[in-house]
This record gives sequence, C-alpha cells and structure tokens, in this order.
Amino acid sequence: MMERLTVAERQQAMLITAVLALAGLILAIAGRNDPMGVHGWMTLFFAGGLFFVVGNALYAAEPTEDRTTSYYDDPTKVGILLSLFWAVVAMGMGVWVAAQLAWPDLRFDAAWSSFGRIRPVHTSGVIFGFGGNALIATSYHVMQRTSRARLAGHVSPWFVLLGFNLFCIIAASGYLMGITQSKEYAEPEWYADIWLVIVWVSYFVLYMRTLARRNEPHIYVANWYYMAFILVVAMLHIVNNLAVPASFSAAKSYSAFSGVQDAMTQWWYGHNAVAFFLTSGFLGMLYYFLPKRAERPIYSYRLSILSFWGIVFFYIWAGSHHLHYTAVPQWVQTLGMTFSVMLLVPSWASAGNALMTLNGAWGKVRDDATLRFMMVAAVFYGLSTFEGSFMAVRAVNSLSHYTDWTVGHVHAGAMGWVALITFGSIYALVPILWRRESMYSWKLVEWHFWLALIGTVIYVFAMWNSGIIQGLMWRTYTESGTLAYSFTDSLVAMHPYYVARTIGGAFFLTGAIIGAFNVIMTIRRVRQDTHELDYPTKSEAGEPAVPVAE
Amino acid sequence: MLRKILKPFSKFFEFHARTHYRAERHSMGLTIGIIAAAAVGGFVEIAPLFSIDDTVEADPNMRVYTPLEQAGRDIYIREGCYACHSQMIRTLRDEVDRYGPYSLAVESQYDHPMLWGSKRTGPDLARVGEKFSDEWQVQHLADPRSLVPESVMPQYAFLLNTSLETASLPGRLAALRTVGVPYTDEQVANAADDARGQAIPDSDRAYAVEERYGEATNIRFFDGRRDRLTEMDALVAYLQILGGLSDLPRNMQIPEGD
Ligand code: HEC
Repeated sequence: MMERLTVAERQQAMLITAVLALAGLILAIAGRNDPMGVHGWMTLFFAGGLFFVVGNALYAAEPTEDRTTSYYDDPTKVGILLSLFWAVVAMGMGVWVAAQLAWPDLRFDAAWSSFGRIRPVHTSGVIFGFGGNALIATSYHVMQRTSRARLAGHVSPWFVLLGFNLFCIIAASGYLMGITQSKEYAEPEWYADIWLVIVWVSYFVLYMRTLARRNEPHIYVANWYYMAFILVVAMLHIVNNLAVPASFSAAKSYSAFSGVQDAMTQWWYGHNAVAFFLTSGFLGMLYYFLPKRAERPIYSYRLSILSFWGIVFFYIWAGSHHLHYTAVPQWVQTLGMTFSVMLLVPSWASAGNALMTLNGAWGKVRDDATLRFMMVAAVFYGLSTFEGSFMAVRAVNSLSHYTDWTVGHVHAGAMGWVALITFGSIYALVPILWRRESMYSWKLVEWHFWLALIGTVIYVFAMWNSGIIQGLMWRTYTESGTLAYSFTDSLVAMHPYYVARTIGGAFFLTGAIIGAFNVIMTIRRVRQDTHELDYPTKSEAGEPAVPVAE
Repeated sequence: MLRKILKPFSKFFEFHARTHYRAERHSMGLTIGIIAAAAVGGFVEIAPLFSIDDTVEADPNMRVYTPLEQAGRDIYIREGCYACHSQMIRTLRDEVDRYGPYSLAVESQYDHPMLWGSKRTGPDLARVGEKFSDEWQVQHLADPRSLVPESVMPQYAFLLNTSLETASLPGRLAALRTVGVPYTDEQVANAADDARGQAIPDSDRAYAVEERYGEATNIRFFDGRRDRLTEMDALVAYLQILGGLSDLPRNMQIPEGD
C-alpha cells in the first residue's frame, strides 16, 4: 500500500504519527496515577507502530503512473475490514450483555466485566466501531465515484480513518477501566473528545476538497447525507461534551450543564446521534448502493430533496420526546412530540423513494441477497421511523419509556436498518474495491441474510413483549387501589424474553461472522477482474457518476 | 378545495426544489444550508432553559453533595449504574405510588451531569435514600441475590475492599464549582478530610463536616468497616442521600388523604 504514497507524503505521515506519539507520552506521564495514563501508553504504541510501518518503507519505490487516473481505494479497503472487525467484537459484546440480564452470574469475578461497564463497549462498538468505520469507508468510495475524482490527498484519508479508530479503541478500553462521562453514546472523556474534534474537522476538509475536484456539476444526493452526517455530528459532539476536567492529570471531568439543561442537551445529542449518525449517513449509503445495485435511477429526485431537508430540519427538535413527564418544561416536551410525529413524512418519503426505486426490479430482489439486504433495510427503516413517531406520543411514551420496548425499537433500527444496509453495501462494494469477479460465496450471503433477518425478528418481538408486559405490570392496580405487582414480579416475568433476546442476538452475530469470513475469502480466493470503467474522468466513457443516467 | 389548500404548499415546494437545485452545485451552499436548518431546533428548545426563571424551582435550602457523597456519585457513574436505574420519577400516578413524589427540576440542579437514566432494568433510585439500612445496602451491593434471589443486578463486592481515593477530591469540588455548584473555599480545601470525617462518627473531622455541610448530614460507618475508608462507604453515602437534598417535593406534593 505504501507504494501509492510519495516520499514526501510518507514523511508527512511520519511527522503526524510522531506528534501523536508525543501527545501519547505526555498523556501517559501526566496520567501516571490514573487510568488515563493507560490511554497515553496506548496512544504512544498506536502512533509509534504506525511511525515504524511508514518509516520502514520510507525510501521504497514511489508511484510512477499518474495517480489522478485512478481512484484511491486503499483507505476504503482498510475501513471495510475494520468495520467488520468491530462488528464481530461489538455484536459479540452485545450477546454477552444480553446474556447477563438472563443469567447475571455469567461474568468474571472482576470489576470490568459487570453489565454497567461492558454495555457501553457494545453500544459504542456497534455505533462508532462498526457503523462509523462503514460510514467513513463508504463515504470515501461514494464521494470519489459520484464526483468522478480521486480523493483529495493521500495522508488525510488515513489520518481520519485511523484517528477515528484510535478514538474507538480509547473509548472501548476506557469503559472497561471505568472511564466514562455517563452521557449515553457520548461516554468518552475530555481528551478523547478533543481528539475526535480534530479528526472530524479533517474529515470535513477532506470531503470538501474532494467535492471541489469533481467532474460533475451536481453534488449527488448521497453526498448531501454524508455532509449532513459530518456537520451535524460535529455540532452535537462539541456542545454535548462541554465539560471541565477535575485535573489535567486524570480522566474525570464534570459536564458544563446540570439537571434539566443537561438532560435536554444530552437528549438533543442522543436523539440526533440516531438521526445524523445512524440515519443520515446510512441514507447516504442507501442512496448510492441501492440504485447502483438495482441498476435503476432513484425513483424521484424531488422526493429526495423534500426528505433530505425535512430530516435535517425536523429531527433536531425531536430529542425532548425522551423526557416526557419529567421535570423538563411541558412546552419543550410538546414541541418534541409534535416534531417527532411530523418527522414521519420525510422519513417515509425516503423509505418510499428507496422501495419505489426497486419497483420493476423485484426479480433482482428475489435472486440477489445483496439487494435484498438493502430492500429489507429500507423496510425496517420505514417501520422503525413509524414506531419512533408513535412512541414519541406522550400517552404511548408513558407506557414505553424506561422499558424494553425502547430497547426493541433501537434494535429494529440498529439491526434491521443500519446493519442490514451496511452489510448489503459491503457485499456490493467488496468485489469492486478488490477487483474481484464476485463474492466468494453467494450461498453464504444468503445464509447471512436469513440469519440476520430471523435474529432481528426474534430480538424485536422479544423486546416488544417484555417491554409492554413490563409497562403494564408497573401501572396495574388492584381493585382496592394499590399497585398489583412488585418490581421483582416484573423482573421475573422478563426472564423468558431475555433468554429469547440473547438467542436472537446470537443469530445476528453468527451472520456477521459468516459475512466477515466471506469477505476475507473473497479477497484471498476469488479471481481478479478489471472493472475497467471504474476510474475518474471528465468524459462520459467511464462508469456513470450517478446510478444510471437520469 | 383540496387544490386551494395545497396551493401554498406546492408553491413552497417548487421554490424549495429550485433553491436546492442551485445550492447542490455549491458545496459551501449546502454546508451553510445544513448548519442553518439543523441549528434552529436546538436553539429554540435549549437556550430558553437557561434563561427562563421558572424552569427550575427555587429552593434556598437545597443542599450540595458532601465530598464523600460526590465520590460515591462518581463511582455510580464509573460502574454504569445509570444503565439500569433511572433517577427521575415521572408525573404519573403509578410512579408516584411506587417511588414517591415526582422529581422536581431543582433536585438535580447540582447534578453535573444529570443521571435521570433511560431504562429501568432495576427500580428508580431517585428517592431510595434511607429506604433501606446501610447494612442492607452494603449486603445488597456485595451480593444482590442473597437478598433478592430473582435479581439480575451485578455484584460489587470489590467495593468493600477498595480504599477510596481522596486526594483528588479538592480538585473535583473545584471543577464542580467552576460549572456552578456553590462550594465554599473551605469546603474545597478540606474535601479530602471531610470525606474521611463523614464515615467516622464522633471524631473531630466528623464535627468539621457537620459544621461545613449542616446538622442533617449523615455521618456513619456506612460500610460497617471501622478500619478504612472504602469505595463502599462513598457509594452507600451517595445512595442514602438520594431524594434528600431538597424538601421541596414532599412539601409541594402533599399525598391525598393527609
Ligand atoms: C444489570 C442492571 C443493574 C445494574 C448495572 C445495577 N443494578 Fe441495581 N438493581 C437492578 C435490579 C434488577 C434491581 C431489583 C432487584 C434487587 O433489588 O436486586 C436493583 C435494585 C437496586 C437497589 C434497590 C432499589 C429498591 O428500591 O429496591 C439499589 C439501591 C440498587 N439496585 C443500586 C445499584 C447501584 C448503586 C448500582 C451500581 C453500582 C446498580 N444498582 C447497578 C439492576 C441493576
């Protein structure tokens, strides 16, 4: 891979890793009496390792051909593999966390293995490790293809990808050591947060510079979504993580906000992490890979404009539906509920646009599991946005909040929508990236599809049942006007569903492992293919930038 | 009729689509559009919460956490108890009957960050303070299933054998003061001593704690161990103060029939 970098670029990379290693050393020394020091050492080894990898090949042969005549796919390839790695680790963690709720002693006699510490490893691992890597990798692919231009730069794509993974490693290892801010999906402490800001700004700059090189007058839909993902996540991340460290030699910090204001900020962040990390970015994937694979143009350009701006504008208001009947002022709750319901319009416009695109290609959906992954993802997207709007209604929320129903809802979205669209896109992408004829085994893709679908259905039904039963038991009164069930009664009623959920998760995990195996075998065993139209160009000769001319 | 109603909308969409068509040729145009569209909602919902006075009730007698309680709170966060326990009783009859008066904004005024939680795998803890004895709490944390056989709560026996780190407490209180908790200089400076004092009743340090944090402060051998200050002391001290920082909820919400 190093042969595609010039010596000057290699030197640049060495400089960056050296600075990072130094930062790691400072963190290690400053935090020597705190778990933060461990993160310093990890950063030092991570950056030092990269320094030597690059340094070893510093004076190896330089690229001879004109680099602008091809796309730069090395970072995309590594990103896809990292995404699959995190998928297996984080979903494995998920099955373990789920199992602990069914069998609480299924753990080690060590502090790090308790539910409260490993749950965020699962959530961050899936959202950031699996989802984030997939987003970064596919965005590199999509921005180049839809712009018909090579990535702007050869060092910054690596900086963004590997820097982001350093963040993920620090996050996950930190939770096990007890380093957390407790803000859900924003748990990492101040130094990790600062690092992510640096990485994220570089990501945005890279995106803009690549778009600036484009050989197409228009910026394709998928890019709007990736841009919204990058920009809004930056905004959310910076505001929600404002905090004052107790000391610069330790990890602990205190949020700048408290109580009501903190709750509102946190759920403004939390809900829009769902919107802009888990929806917007993945819609970018959907808008590119689904029409490409189906070989049909997006059904309606108008509808995509409407749904895009609808999603960007409405979603931001919806966070307060996490705070119904709490100490947050009622007018904020009402706004949250209203916008959550209105959100259904742009959400369904997107889902409908995707499904209408497939209209006329149902034969392909039947035969091609890769396209079926994407189709089912769009269906789950439609279902879970409907469910979300429904649960945001105050009366429904009074029952569903605090119960497993929320967990079921999140997983309908995370497994059914986010993971399925990602796997579909990966299966579409891998043969193109590695210039292979096809995937190693289409049968394994089928197996993965069915395992993932069955796993999701088992999981979601189990949580619907447990959530609704839980909610009803908590509010049931006896005839004499006292509460009918103790908390423990409801706990006992949950057990069978917790077992079922674990099984559903295990199915899903098995699918992911099969998928990772299939990708590795594709790279190692399948014959080369040139994919000869896939290069940057101004002329119409190459692969069309947008799936099928409009 | 329908046409008439829809007409302004279709005009708007037409205009919207055209504007977008122009914007999508300029990456900066899109960038500004996205930031602007996404900024509105957050601004309208969050900014007023800082400025509207009656968002948070006024309670002049609202207590702050003692250093030991704050240390316990930090352990609660570290162990991820918030992943299974909420601390927010909603304004619903069954919640009030089960857990006590519904939570007021003022009660988490000094909570940086708040720990309202989002999931009740275990019961709400907003008013768990003094619901159980210290011994029960210690035993329950060390081995939950010895008291509640059906429990799925993890055991935290190691807390009983882990000494509480107190050296960083002044720094922690100072940081909390920076973000708005009204600790005095004296409270910050003596934080480490006060943490010890709160777990050794009838000592000079304990009297100092009482002086600085008020008569009502719980001063006890929380974990039952007299030889050292453990993380269990801190966590139990924190649990026992939950719901006890302000009397406002109980005074405002007088139960029916009383
Ligand atoms: C896996 C989820 C889980 C985690 C994590 C967890 N708990 Fe619990 N907790 C429960 C369940 C379930 C119950 C109810 C059964 C029981 O009393 O053990 C409970 C009960 C309690 C109770 C008794 C409440 C009452 O009113 O009966 C307290 C106090 C408590 N937990 C404190 C904690 C603390 C402190 C932590 C963190 C150190 C913690 N819990 C972590 C699940 C959890």
